[in-house]
Amino acid sequence: MSELVVNPGVLPVGPQEKKSASWWGVLCLVATEASLFAYLLFSYYYYDVQLTRAWRPSAPPPLHLAAPNTVLLLLSSVVVWWGERALKKGKPGRCLIALVVGFLMGVGFVLIQLKEWASKHDSLQKDLYGSIYFTTTGFHMAHVIAGLIALLFVIVWLGLGYFDEKRSAAVSNAAIYWHFVDAVWLTVFFTFYVTPYLW
Amino acid sequence: MTTVEVERAPRIAIADEELKRKLDETWRTKPGLLGLLGTVDHKTIGLRYIVTAFIFLAVGGIEALIMRLQLARPGQNLVTPEQYNELYSTHGMTMIFLYALPILSGFSNYLWPLIFGSRDMAFPRLNALSYWIYLASGIFMYAGVAMGAAPNDGWFNYVPYASLPYNPGLNEDFYSLGMIFYGISTTVGAANFVVTFLKTRAPGMTVSRVPIFTWGTLTASVANLLVVPAVSLDFFMLWLDRQHGTHFFDVGQGGQPLLWQHLFWIFAHPWVYVIVLPAMGMVSEGLPVFCRRPLVGYTPVAVSTVATMILGFGVWVHHMFATGLPNLAMSFFSAASIIIVIPSAVAVFAWLATIWSGKPVITTAFLFFASMIVLFVIGGVSGFMTASVPADWQLTDTYFVVAHIHYVLIGINVFPVAGAIYMWFPKFTGRMLDERLGRWNFWTMFLGFNLGFLPMHLSGLLGMPRRVYTYPAHLGWDWINMVISIGSFVFAIGVLLLFINIFLSLKRGKLAGNNPWDAYSLEWSVSSPPPPYNFAVIPTVASRYPLWEGRLGEGERLTSVEQGPALDHEKEALLTSSLDSDPTLILKMPEDSVAPFLLTVAMTAAFAGALAHLNWLALLGGAGCLVALVVWLWPQKRLGQRVAA
Repeated sequence: MSELVVNPGVLPVGPQEKKSASWWGVLCLVATEASLFAYLLFSYYYYDVQLTRAWRPSAPPPLHLAAPNTVLLLLSSVVVWWGERALKKGKPGRCLIALVVGFLMGVGFVLIQLKEWASKHDSLQKDLYGSIYFTTTGFHMAHVIAGLIALLFVIVWLGLGYFDEKRSAAVSNAAIYWHFVDAVWLTVFFTFYVTPYLW
Repeated sequence: MTTVEVERAPRIAIADEELKRKLDETWRTKPGLLGLLGTVDHKTIGLRYIVTAFIFLAVGGIEALIMRLQLARPGQNLVTPEQYNELYSTHGMTMIFLYALPILSGFSNYLWPLIFGSRDMAFPRLNALSYWIYLASGIFMYAGVAMGAAPNDGWFNYVPYASLPYNPGLNEDFYSLGMIFYGISTTVGAANFVVTFLKTRAPGMTVSRVPIFTWGTLTASVANLLVVPAVSLDFFMLWLDRQHGTHFFDVGQGGQPLLWQHLFWIFAHPWVYVIVLPAMGMVSEGLPVFCRRPLVGYTPVAVSTVATMILGFGVWVHHMFATGLPNLAMSFFSAASIIIVIPSAVAVFAWLATIWSGKPVITTAFLFFASMIVLFVIGGVSGFMTASVPADWQLTDTYFVVAHIHYVLIGINVFPVAGAIYMWFPKFTGRMLDERLGRWNFWTMFLGFNLGFLPMHLSGLLGMPRRVYTYPAHLGWDWINMVISIGSFVFAIGVLLLFINIFLSLKRGKLAGNNPWDAYSLEWSVSSPPPPYNFAVIPTVASRYPLWEGRLGEGERLTSVEQGPALDHEKEALLTSSLDSDPTLILKMPEDSVAPFLLTVAMTAAFAGALAHLNWLALLGGAGCLVALVVWLWPQKRLGQRVAA
C-alpha cells in the first residue's frame, strides 16, 4: 500500500470571505447572542403566562416612534448589504459610502430609541414591566452600539485603503453582526410592541 | 513595501531536519514575560488549564473534607450553620464550574490540534483569552470567599433566599458577577472548539474519520453556545434585582421565583452533559487503545453522543418536580428524562463489547476507564429513578440525590480524567506515570469513592436531607455518616496519590517515546512532548485509525505524516472543508500577543467596578476592553487581513 499525500494546488492565503475562520467565529457569536435574546423573550412571555393580574401598561405601547424606527434599522441592513456587495465587486469607494450611510442610520435608530425611552412613564425600577422592557431593549441597545463600533472601525480601515475585493473578511464579519442586530430587533419589536395589540 | 500574498500552491515537502529547525524557530514561544503572558501555543494553554483545574479540585476537595468531618458524628459544632452553607455552596461552585469543565477543556486544548493533524486551534488568541478569563473569574469568585462573602445558597442559588432582603452581604454579588464573567470564558472557548472541529482537520479526516473523543467536546461546545446565555442572564437579573432595584424575582411586584429555576436549569441540565460527554469521549478513545481493537459501534456512539445532548435540552424540569408544576408538563419532562437512557446505554454496550471482544491490557488507565462504566451505570440508574415523578418526590433534597450527582460527576468526570492523565501524561511530558503507584492510586480512589458515596443512597432513602449542617443522634444515620466520612478521606488519599505520582514521574518517570501505548490517532505520531509546530508537514489521513492501518488492512492507501504541505512561510496552518476535509485555504496564524491578557485585566476591572459600585472603574475597564479589542482586531498584513497599501 502506498501513502496518500494531499497536493491541494493553488489555495487562497489568509482570510478571504466565507473561507476564513473568523466568518465561522462570527456565526458562533451570533448563535450565542441570539440565544441570549431568546431567553430574554422567554422571560417576558413567562411573566405574561404566569401572571393572572394585569402587569403590562393598560394601553398597548404607541407605535409612532417604534414602527418607523424599525423600518429605519431594517433599511440600514439593506444599505450595509449593498455596500458589502460593492466591495466584492471591487468598488471600495461605493462600499465606504454605503457603510457611512448605514452607520448614520444606526445612530439615528439609537437617538430615536432614546427618545422612545424618555417618553415612557416607566423605568427599570418602577415595576416588573419596566424591569423586563428596559433590560431587553437595553441589551438590544448595547448590541446596536457594539455593531456601530464595529462598523465605525471597518469604515476607518476601509478609508485607510486596507480592503479590496479579496480582502474583505472584516467588512463581511461586521456586516453579519449588523444584520443580526437588526433581525433580533424584529423579535424584540414583535414581542413588546405588536403582541399587546394581538391579545 | 511588502506585498500581501493572495494565493499560493503549498510546497509538498519531506519532514526533514532542516524544515523542522525552521518551523521550530517560527513557532516557539519567545522566552521572558512576553512569552509568559502572550503565548498562544495550545499545548501551553492546555497544560495551564489542567494544572489550574487540579488546583481547584484540591481546594474543592478540602472544602468537602471539612463538611465530612462536621457530619462524621451527630450534633457536632466544627462549623456554624452559616459556614456550612458557604462550604457546600463554594464546593459546588468550585467543582462544577472551576474544575469539571476546565479540566476537560485543558485536555481538548492540548490534544485537539494534535489529533486533527493541525498546528494550533482555529483561534489561538481566543484560546489564550478563554484561559485568562477562566483564571480571572475563578480568582474573582474566590476573592469573595477570602473576604468572607462566599456563595451561601447552594450552587443553583435559588431565589428568594439569594435575594437582597434575605441575603444582604456581598456573597451573592460575587457569585453572580463571577458566574457572568466565567460564562464569557466558556463561550469563547466553545466557539473556538466548534470552528476548530469544523475547519482545521487534516486533509482526508472526513467527519466519519474523526477520533471519537472529539465528538464529545464538539457536542458540549455547541450546547454551551446555546445555554450559557441562560445562566448569565439569570445571574444578571439577580444582580440587577439586588443592586439596581429591578423586580424580576420580587414576588410583591409580580416577579417569579420559578423563572430563576427555569433559566438556571435550562442551562444547568445541559451543563451536566457538557461536563460528562467529553469525558465519555476519553473513555471511548482510551478503551480501544488498551483493548487492542477499534471501538465497537463508532457511528452509534457518535450519534448517541449528539442525541444525548439534544434530548438533554428538554429535561430541565426534572429538577423542579417538587415545585408544583402542572402534571402535563411534568409528564413530558419525565418521559424525556427516561428516554435519555437509550443513547446512554448505547455507549455503555459499545464499551462492554469493545472490552469483551478485545484483548485488554490491564494498565492503570484501563482500570480508570473500565471502572467508569460501573460508576456510570450506578449514577445512571439512580438518575433514571429520580426521572420518575413520584420517586423524585420521595427522594428530592435527600442524600440520595447527593449520591446520584457524585456518581455522575466523579464517576463520569474524575475517573475518566484520571485515566486520561495516565494515558496522555507521557505525551504531555515525555515520561510515563508509575504503574505500581498507579495501582495504589486507582484502588484507593475506587474503594474510597464507593465507600464514601454508595451509603449516601441509603441515608437518603432513610430520609436524611441534603444541606443540613448537622443531625440529631439515633435517627439511624449515625453509622452511615461515619462510613461516608471515612470513605471520603480514603478517596481524598487516592486523589493525593495521583498528584504524588504526577509530581514524582515528572522527573523520574520512564521515558515514553512517541507512542508508548501503540495507539492509533495522530497525536502519537509526533514526539513526546510534541514540538511547538506539532507536525512538520500537514498529514494526509486515509482512515479512522491512521497508525493502525498496517494491521487493520482497511482501505487502499496509507496515512502520510512524513510527506505533505510544508506551510513554512511564517506561522501557517491549513483550513479544510467542514465535512470532507478538502483543503480550502492557507490560514495565517497569529504570533504571541498580550492583547488577550490585557483584555482580561480590563474585564476584571469592569466587573470589580460593577461589584463595588465604582462607576469610574467599570467605565475604565470597559474602555480598556475596547482598546484591547481594537489592538487585537486591527488588520495586519502579516495575517493577510489587509492589502499592502
